[in-house]
Amino acid sequence: MSSDSHSVERSPAPYMNPYLAGIGLGLVLLASFVVMGRGLGASGAFSSVCAVAVDAVAPAHAQGNSFWREYLASGVGHPLKEFLVFEVLGVLVGGFFSGLLAGRVRRTVEKGPRISIRGRFAWAFVGGILMGIGAKLARGCTSGQALSGGAVLSAGGWAFMMMVFAGGYGAAWLMRRQWQ
Amino acid sequence: MNAPFFKFGLFGDEVSLIVACAIGIGFGFFLEQAGFGSARKLTDQFYFKDMAVFRVMFTAIVTAMLGLFYLGAVGWVDLSLVYVTPTYLWPQIVGGLLLGVGFIVGGYCPGTSVVAMSTGKVDAVVNIVGIFVGVLVIGEAWPAIEGFANSSALGRLTLPEVFHLPMGLVVFLVVLMAVGGFWGAGVLERRFADRPAKEDQ
Repeated sequence: MSSDSHSVERSPAPYMNPYLAGIGLGLVLLASFVVMGRGLGASGAFSSVCAVAVDAVAPAHAQGNSFWREYLASGVGHPLKEFLVFEVLGVLVGGFFSGLLAGRVRRTVEKGPRISIRGRFAWAFVGGILMGIGAKLARGCTSGQALSGGAVLSAGGWAFMMMVFAGGYGAAWLMRRQWQ
Repeated sequence: MNAPFFKFGLFGDEVSLIVACAIGIGFGFFLEQAGFGSARKLTDQFYFKDMAVFRVMFTAIVTAMLGLFYLGAVGWVDLSLVYVTPTYLWPQIVGGLLLGVGFIVGGYCPGTSVVAMSTGKVDAVVNIVGIFVGVLVIGEAWPAIEGFANSSALGRLTLPEVFHLPMGLVVFLVVLMAVGGFWGAGVLERRFADRPAKEDQ
């Protein structure tokens, strides 16, 4: 491809300095603590959506399960009118806005050069399942437990965070063909 | 100043959802700016190629922790009203391990998969479908594993309580650890930068 300056084809802006991005992220987290009295999250939104879906298909079944029942009972009058559901909708908007500004919004598949797109999709799916299970067992994911729990010095949050890194590094060698 | 504002009734439930959305926009913005909408950038952390995940995460933790500690010390924020995610030690150890493996297998964590989807990563959409399936699986299995899932429930437990140290000292140690980690991250990156599977590039 030529490097002519078609604004549509402009190359994406470099990422923000990690310390600067970290301070920005930390200030958003701090604002959440000060304004709401709670930190950030992500996986809870997935649970709320899942609970509503299960409830729509089999209401009696959902009410008979304490996991779904808890999510169905939360929210402002409706289980989807929940803090984390709206927060994650915001994440979608904020991520898109940032990507747009930086010229990074593009339909693509993230993978290393040694794996097919089909293979990448298979791992993305399997990894998602593992994360869903892990996040629910831990009562939160990297956002809710590691980041938010970490900042308020939660013992479980720190234990969780160390195990996330342990799991990631532990399986990295097996997954090298997907990424490197 | 009486904070957390929501806990002191400065605004109601409906408004809290708008606040949630605003907070989420900021969260998503900085995650994307950091490069966390890219699975390759994220997973480079686990090959010591690019330690941005560690840098961004610990800078954010230190920033929010210092801010909260300061605002609590001057009496602007009632720290007892700030939610501390409860500790379930063993479920969190096992859950963290599963999530960590899921991270390197899937390429994202739940929050970053949403950011990646927002900028058009198709693999992130597949990853999100997987997360839904995972939540469905554990939700359905919950009655069977409830015993383990609710085990080692230690409630609201913080590191100063675990180690019987003053909070200020723990805050200081975390800052020290982060700064040491930032230095170590640079050393590791330089060590691993020249020995990648270069022939793949």
